Amino acid sequence: MVTRTGPQHPEPDKPGHAPAPAGPAGTDHSPAAPISIHDVTVAYDRRPVLWDVDLDVPEGRLVGLIGPNGAGKSTLLKAILGLVPTISGRVSIYGRPLAGQRKLLGYVPQRESVDWDFPVTVRDVVEMGLYGHVGWFRRLGRAHVRRAREALERVSISDLADRQISRLSGGQQQRVFLARALAQHARIYLMDEPFAGVDSATEKSIVGLLHELRNTGRTVVCVHHDLQTVAAYFDYVILLNMRVVTHGPTEEVFTEENLRKTYGGQLTLLSSAATALAQRR
Amino acid sequence: MIEWSVIDTWIIVVGVLSAVGCALPGAYLLLRRQSMMGDAISHSVLPGIAGAYLIVGNREPLTLLAGAIVIGILTTVLIRLVKHGGQVEGGAAMGVVFTALFALGLVMIRRAADHVDLDPDCVLYGAIELTFLDTVPLLGMDVPRAALLTGGMLLANLVFLTLFHKELKLSSFDPGLSDALGYSSRLLHHVLMVVIAATMVASFEAVGSILVIAMLIVPPACAYLLCDRLVPMLLLSAAFAAASAVLGHLSAITVPTLFGQEDTSTAGMMALMAGVLFTAVFLGSPKAGVVARSWHRLQLGARLLSEEILGLLYRRSEAGEAAAPLMFSREEARRAGQSRLALWLARQRLRRKGFAHFTPGGMLLTERGLHEARRLVRAHRLWETWLVEEMNLRPDHVHGPARRLESITGESIEEQLARETAGRTRDPHDRTIPPSSDV
Repeated sequence: MVTRTGPQHPEPDKPGHAPAPAGPAGTDHSPAAPISIHDVTVAYDRRPVLWDVDLDVPEGRLVGLIGPNGAGKSTLLKAILGLVPTISGRVSIYGRPLAGQRKLLGYVPQRESVDWDFPVTVRDVVEMGLYGHVGWFRRLGRAHVRRAREALERVSISDLADRQISRLSGGQQQRVFLARALAQHARIYLMDEPFAGVDSATEKSIVGLLHELRNTGRTVVCVHHDLQTVAAYFDYVILLNMRVVTHGPTEEVFTEENLRKTYGGQLTLLSSAATALAQRR
Repeated sequence: MIEWSVIDTWIIVVGVLSAVGCALPGAYLLLRRQSMMGDAISHSVLPGIAGAYLIVGNREPLTLLAGAIVIGILTTVLIRLVKHGGQVEGGAAMGVVFTALFALGLVMIRRAADHVDLDPDCVLYGAIELTFLDTVPLLGMDVPRAALLTGGMLLANLVFLTLFHKELKLSSFDPGLSDALGYSSRLLHHVLMVVIAATMVASFEAVGSILVIAMLIVPPACAYLLCDRLVPMLLLSAAFAAASAVLGHLSAITVPTLFGQEDTSTAGMMALMAGVLFTAVFLGSPKAGVVARSWHRLQLGARLLSEEILGLLYRRSEAGEAAAPLMFSREEARRAGQSRLALWLARQRLRRKGFAHFTPGGMLLTERGLHEARRLVRAHRLWETWLVEEMNLRPDHVHGPARRLESITGESIEEQLARETAGRTRDPHDRTIPPSSDV
């Protein structure tokens, strides 16, 4: 059973976008693509993590970034955000260098990446998302505060606004991070495992939110682990294992063969992929 | 008796100014989990001070400030280089860099010692008692140079923290987002380190490095235990720092005289007082304090024990021995995992709530006690029944869980349990489940 969502974007009308597997270095990049990654290579301590990644992320898609542990999924998000030094290559956002485009990017890092005992409230954290809108030394204005409140409402945690963040459940923490990104009113959202360690009710409401973002023309890229839910959640996938194995619309690219290429000999994962594929048919 | 003089006032003023000036940026070090960075920089500013003196030839504040800025950046850059270039663990990288720089500083001071009034002792312990010897006329008063220096430093830190409040909060909490939004976390880290180096240099001469290190970390640590908001934590850090300085000087001039001795190092006493305050907060904090937690545990133990006793008394009345008083010994309390103190509190609870009256031979249930005991035993046996029937546990495995569950069973849970066990009247051990008391 194929559940295709998002018929609002049947064919991306970007000329440079190729739905077929990624070509070698030197793909034609569209200046209109939300994210263009040009031949990016990243290494930590001389150990390569990403090899020559070259692709365009099409606009208005909900993109799953899939691959085994250590495949460089988080690193790719960080490379797009300019948080890790690249050895070669560059990233452009809507055809322009990142530096002037930061406001267009909303980032949801992994939950464990911050100290949840930090003495700040939920509201403080959500307002942090808006710091990029005011510049050095400026305080947030009333409009920003209102925006933060709206973001809290959107993820249904308004009642927790004044709570210190250490007194939140995992699902609530994830909602705080989402609200922080939503408050940015970004056009592109990059999320690192937004479903990790959350309860199923939260997972459902996050999925709803992601679809809502996509349906209003936002581009969302999520690092995702659960192969079972890929087809239901995402309409576009990037399969990554240090290199881009392939990318394209889910129903074309999310195949057993491509998963085998991505996950190699990792049998347990392969078997769960097989189950996922069986469910789709 | 203590003789108070204007000297004491100035000592306290200088102590408070430098303590508060250190505690404010120190709070951010603590939150960034980089407290040891303060220790590292406090050692490595020594060559900065000495170098600035050797090159420029004076020790005016601006000279020292320049030395501090250079050394603040140098230290952070060197630590980063050793850590990443040499792939050394962070703490070790700090250790390597600050000991090397400290040693270099000592050599430089020795070299300059012939014609300088800089000496290693002074750097470690400071000379807060002597601050009044070096004064500058200001507004018709002779103000110690150290007071001006530390006051200026505090003011500069206040301006810095106010200006960078948003940026420091963001980059301390989530450096990744900070970078993503265009506030370079590395730049902010450097700026904070330079501010801390400058703070240290301004305070060194007056109060010495031991007090500086203490004030950088200890007052913020006290505040961290008590606060869950950033601004209150900063304010409270400042208050703890000021209190340590005042108490420190007061005890420096009083405590030793109690033992018939001359007064002792004021800076040392101030650092010690910070430690004393921390201990008090650590023990007494209502949220996470050791005392509060053990009191809570004791209360819980007493409650469990009193319920245990009620259960025993009820079973006795079931067996038709309601008139026989119950002795509940310390030994029995110990076997239930509770202390003598918990037993005493449990008896107090039973007496206070009017559940039992006490005779020389032991305890007897009152009417109210019988009511309460029946409720508990009913909950206990309902749980046992439910655990056996619904969870398929073996009857000899359900006493413990039921014991824990009965204490938290309110009316609505009890009703639901009764429904789900379908009005059973015997528990798995074939004892009668007491009927609900309102029937």
